[in-house]
Amino acid sequence: MPKVGVYICHCGENIAGAVNIEEVKKFAEKLPDVVVVRDYLFMCSDPGQELIKEDIRKGLVDRVVVAACTPRTHEPIFRRACEEAGLNKYFFEMVNIRDQCSWAHWHEKEKATEKAKQLIAAGVAKARLLEPLEDRYVELNKDVLVIGGGIAGIFASLDLANAGFKVYLVEKSPSIGGNMAKLDKTFPTNDCSACILTPLMVEVANHPNIELITYAEVESVEGTVGNFRVKVRKKQTYVDWNKCTGCGACLNVCPPKARVPDEFNEGLSLRGAIYIPFPQAVPKKAVIDPEACVSCSGRWFGEEPRKTKDGKPILAPCERVCPTGACSRDEPRDPNGELIELNVGAIIVATGYRVMDKKNFKEFSPDSPNVITALQMERLISATGPTEGKLIVPSDIPKYLEWKKRVEKGQEAELDVRKPKVITFVSCVGSRDERYHTYCSKVCCMYMLKQAMLLKEKYPDLDIYIFFIDVRTPGKDFDEYYMRCRQLGVKIIKGKVGGVQRLPDERLLVRGFDADLGKPVEVVSDIVVLATAIEPNLDLRDLARKLGINIGAEGFLKERHTKLYPVDTMTEGIFICGCAQGPKDIPDSVAQAKAAAASAMSLLAPGKMKVEPLISEVNEEKCTGCGICVPLCPYGAIELVEKNGRRVSHINEAKCKGCGVCTAACPSKAITLHGFTFEQVLAQIRTLAKGGVVE
Amino acid sequence: MALKFAFYLAAGCAGCEMALVDLADRLVDALEHLEVVFWAPTVADVKYKDLEKMPDKSIDVALVDGAVRLSEQEHILKILRQKSKILVAFGICASMGGIAGLANVHTKEEIFETVYFKTYSTDNPEGVVPQTKCVVDGKYELTLPEFLEKVKPVCEVVEVDYFVGGCPPHHEHVAKIVEAIVSGNLPPKGSWITDGKSVCDVCPRNPASKGEKREFVREVKRTIEGVPDEEKCLLQQGYVCFGPITQGDCGASCPKVNIPCRGCGGPLPGVKDFGARAISAIGSVLSEEAVDQLIEKYGNLTKLFYRYSLPASLLGGRR
Repeated sequence: MPKVGVYICHCGENIAGAVNIEEVKKFAEKLPDVVVVRDYLFMCSDPGQELIKEDIRKGLVDRVVVAACTPRTHEPIFRRACEEAGLNKYFFEMVNIRDQCSWAHWHEKEKATEKAKQLIAAGVAKARLLEPLEDRYVELNKDVLVIGGGIAGIFASLDLANAGFKVYLVEKSPSIGGNMAKLDKTFPTNDCSACILTPLMVEVANHPNIELITYAEVESVEGTVGNFRVKVRKKQTYVDWNKCTGCGACLNVCPPKARVPDEFNEGLSLRGAIYIPFPQAVPKKAVIDPEACVSCSGRWFGEEPRKTKDGKPILAPCERVCPTGACSRDEPRDPNGELIELNVGAIIVATGYRVMDKKNFKEFSPDSPNVITALQMERLISATGPTEGKLIVPSDIPKYLEWKKRVEKGQEAELDVRKPKVITFVSCVGSRDERYHTYCSKVCCMYMLKQAMLLKEKYPDLDIYIFFIDVRTPGKDFDEYYMRCRQLGVKIIKGKVGGVQRLPDERLLVRGFDADLGKPVEVVSDIVVLATAIEPNLDLRDLARKLGINIGAEGFLKERHTKLYPVDTMTEGIFICGCAQGPKDIPDSVAQAKAAAASAMSLLAPGKMKVEPLISEVNEEKCTGCGICVPLCPYGAIELVEKNGRRVSHINEAKCKGCGVCTAACPSKAITLHGFTFEQVLAQIRTLAKGGVVE
Repeated sequence: MALKFAFYLAAGCAGCEMALVDLADRLVDALEHLEVVFWAPTVADVKYKDLEKMPDKSIDVALVDGAVRLSEQEHILKILRQKSKILVAFGICASMGGIAGLANVHTKEEIFETVYFKTYSTDNPEGVVPQTKCVVDGKYELTLPEFLEKVKPVCEVVEVDYFVGGCPPHHEHVAKIVEAIVSGNLPPKGSWITDGKSVCDVCPRNPASKGEKREFVREVKRTIEGVPDEEKCLLQQGYVCFGPITQGDCGASCPKVNIPCRGCGGPLPGVKDFGARAISAIGSVLSEEAVDQLIEKYGNLTKLFYRYSLPASLLGGRR
């Protein structure tokens, strides 16, 4: 006969505030096989755990039921307590009377109490049928895959690599650096973004423990924690990276008809079909964008070159100027690139974000070149931007580029561009807006203040208006930053902008409402900067599906627990950090990246991992070999094997995560999920169906 | 000494008896060991009182085919149980209710309304419905058995020693059962007489037998849609086949002639509710779109999944 102890937690007022503990105690005492019922203010505290341990040590109880909060956070704590007192820790069952009783029925105390009784009865019914189980250990691969080479991915990689772990850093674009590389300065210290980022990029490239795989994307992920098999597709670069030295000779010879908007400059300038993303790119290698390339020499890779009249081959300009032959078109190239396979023990996802396109906001005249996003503003004021940081109205950028070209050719030219006198910022464009995103993008207030401050410091005569819903500057040194900005004379208007009208002279009429004045206001501006929302990348959902991790309602990756497991996911061994998890600034991204790296390290450092024995097992006698379970297993843990001349299903213990899908689907009930056997679960259901009567 | 043998047809079609007769010469051999004392109403002319007169436990083995629909069947079963040492629910109707059990989706009133009033061919101007008693010429009282509220499996009326699936049981399976009975080599009481393999286990179409991996089903088809490929797994082709869930003592006879398994063999040992298990298993291997199609294409999923087992299911109110 099992001896069941029931331990009821008050959780301060959390449970006791709605559940009548005394009444529940009296009820539990009468349940079959229950020998002890105790209650305590905080059962998970040391004295609380001691109550349980003491009863086990004295031999009073050999099955433990704790009625408290959620097993998600507290089951491991109580299991450990049982184990420490010498009881097999799987003789433990947890009943959640906080989330399911007191919290759910706070205003119906009698019902909350009744439900607590029934759930405890069901827990006791199951506890009587529990079996002792033994933990297993699986070997872990200690290598880590980091997806995304922005500031978060860079920091996660460096921390892991410095600790001695081999890191594969996979980046979608040809260079690492991410969105931070596009920024001019960073708040709240106004450090030059490139100055603090580029040394780290170089460190990543040179680190002996980091294998940098840029211009590549994750194609599929199989396996589980400690043993992920990841297929990565390296996109076709069309330039031989072994030969390319990044000299940039090819960049300027690409013909005008092959020029497309430059991603790095957020479309404010054009780049050629062959390009290096930016001068400080790491690795500094050129790629050819096959969609933009017009094959101006009349041949594609691997085709015979056309000949001139005197029989000389006609080469493409990039091919011609390349000093190392990296751009040679003699060899055919596979447009699908190359598929490589990586074996890693953990994965960190740091794929970042994108900013919303201004085209979504018709009311702000997005067709005007002088209405720009804040990230475009960064490029406009950056020394690596289209104008080398000279502030002009964006509609005059083509004129500027033309002028620059002439000067470079040694021709005389006059620069006739307009310098802005008035700049207006509009906050919360697409954020905190039910039509687009209900969340706050978190960094916009600060970067608008930053841009305003940088501009005002450099051009004191400039008039700058910022329309805010409200200024949100929580963070270390952030509010001081805001005050400094005000002192510089930046005009902060509390109110929303209703519309922006494009004027014939390419200036803009901003119509807003000043909530302090209580009146509509109008500002004629040379540039309007829209603080468009931070959004999940378009392919984030697809990546999450491949990885088997969750996406929240707002579209960002979902952490396992907001407070306690902020960089973990529901899939063990996969961690998240940076803006892929939600909008955040650089300090937060870096902190999270380091947290993700530390979490991966503490998982992998021991080299092996304890695995709960709560997994499925096939009864080969009962299995009829129909194979239904095989495609169902999300972890690819099941296969059919020959046993004694029969075809039976076999579950790989190392791969099984105990999800129970196969157990539920097995037509012959040949699969048992340990810890959740049919008998145990049915005992719970029967007890609940009978209103708390344990049979 | 020959075993005393009885065979009773309750609410069934006598198909199970035909399956026994299908043994042909093997039945003749078996009859040397069997003494038929009761075979009603199909073969012998026996009255209630003849059965009632038999001493208790004088019958060695009684087979019952058909479900329980009328009060008379309840009455005879109770007597038969008293007179028999071993009682076998023979065939899926006796074991689980069978096709007739689908009536349990409807009430008795609905059934009478349809049968005695609504059908196109009904001509019932006086509105006569079955009565349990009526007096003819003012002096002759005639009785009819009562039409029960629900169809029941035999085990709900009397204790059953063994269950046999099939609609009807395959004659090869019947041969094994007869042999088991004659030799006394029977499993523990309360079990199904089956070798425990599923239809898939014995089906030549099973992807695993060809070294192929089973995949998710992307499209659901009814049997009226096209002609299934003769080699490939029917379930993989989208035809709802209960092979994985069903006892395969039939040797997969339906899939072998290009017809999906309907589940007449009954559930595999250990499974209580055939339909629920079928929903779990079939539902699991269907893709999301296929689940929608299934719901759209089949008007009544209860009648699909519980085709042979509704009265014995949790839904059918067995308990």
